[in-house]
Amino acid sequence: MTDTELRVSKIRNGTVIDHVNAGEALHVLALLDIDGASGETVSLGMNVPSQTMGKKDVVKVEGRELSQNELDVLSLIAPDATINIIREYEVAEKKHVEPPETVSGVLACPNPDCITNAGEPVQPRFDVLSEGVRCAYCETIVRDDLTDHLLA
Amino acid sequence: MRHDHLLTAKQLTRADIEAVLDRAREFADDPSAFRERHPELLLALCFFEPSTRTKMSFETAAKRLGGDVVDMGSVESSSVKKGESLADTVRVIEGYADAIVLRHPKQGAAQLASEYVDVPVVNAGDGAGHHPSQTLLDLYTIRENAGLDDLSIGILGDLKYGRTVHSLAHALTKFDARQHFISPESLKLPRGVRYDLHEAGANVREHESLDDVLPNLDVLYVTRIQRERFPDEEEYRKVAGKYSIDTETLEHARDDLSIMHPLPRVDEIAPELDDTGHATYFSQAHNGVPVRMALLDSLL
Ligand SMILES: [Zn+2]
Repeated sequence: MTDTELRVSKIRNGTVIDHVNAGEALHVLALLDIDGASGETVSLGMNVPSQTMGKKDVVKVEGRELSQNELDVLSLIAPDATINIIREYEVAEKKHVEPPETVSGVLACPNPDCITNAGEPVQPRFDVLSEGVRCAYCETIVRDDLTDHLLA
Repeated sequence: MRHDHLLTAKQLTRADIEAVLDRAREFADDPSAFRERHPELLLALCFFEPSTRTKMSFETAAKRLGGDVVDMGSVESSSVKKGESLADTVRVIEGYADAIVLRHPKQGAAQLASEYVDVPVVNAGDGAGHHPSQTLLDLYTIRENAGLDDLSIGILGDLKYGRTVHSLAHALTKFDARQHFISPESLKLPRGVRYDLHEAGANVREHESLDDVLPNLDVLYVTRIQRERFPDEEEYRKVAGKYSIDTETLEHARDDLSIMHPLPRVDEIAPELDDTGHATYFSQAHNGVPVRMALLDSLL
């Protein structure tokens, strides 16, 4: 067992999201809409020493396997993340996040003059660029601080 | 053109553009000869923001083709005032008309509308976004005056919020054009447009002063700088005068420089230029009718 794994408790069934950029763990939870209210056991390691990243965050979610859609979205803020699906304390699957072509209903457009902010019955949709995302309606490009624009 | 909608100039290929401009030439040569062309056409004009010339030129174009229009009327007098969504409005109007021409103050409105209806949607201006039918008439005018290849064009004024500028810049990437963007720092092209121009490999330069580039230009495309775009009056006054064009400004311009403007102008172009060979803005406006006839013809 590595030093990193010791810092956050082992889980029986669920998902370990490793190699999250240091300081982004809470954003990962927000992105996955995990606020503790639905009862999952969640463990966080923040600013954990990492050989490859210097420092990193680790998120462990007990009793929940992330869907592909959630992984796609996760790729926007944690492009280096590795995902371990845990079953009976063993790593059953290892996955990497892959950026999707578009994300819908995850981020709000920061442009106040965008039609998606005008009370229309539409989910904001963004095309994923090599750096950042772009509103499919008003074409505003968001490069930095994507998590500031997460839909509540 | 084999598109269902005209939402941005980006979607148009060079061949699409040339086909519309060629057709527009035929319509311009004899505007009254095509009355039997689309007698079935009923065009819905949905203007959520006032516009005299864009609306009238679409109306004229539809009628010149033998068709007719239905007009949503002003926003004040419509159900929009009661809080109806755009999505609902266009779904209702889809049942009345063969195509929808949409002008809206919000960016992305035409894109949204196109996702809710099966009839063609023509974006006639969506906030600071796009105005592709204006671009077609701009290109028509440029082609008539300077040609569309080996073109040096200066685009001056409010490049940040100017939707006609955004559409024109996209379309010019399909041709061999050198685009010079001239604006105050605070009104430079938005990031999204720069991104597209870069992706398209466009030949683009940015300037704060017109003097640097004026002698090389075939076309100078002037847009209005609106006072309300500036954080304070002082900032506005610093730049406003700098970008007004008069005979003195043009001292070092080429004799065949063509000056364009999507109109209405306020004080960007001195009236003393109206009778000179440089003034292309009125014929530019007139070109709106044959070009929109050709556009409607291609969508129907
Ligand atoms: Zn937007």
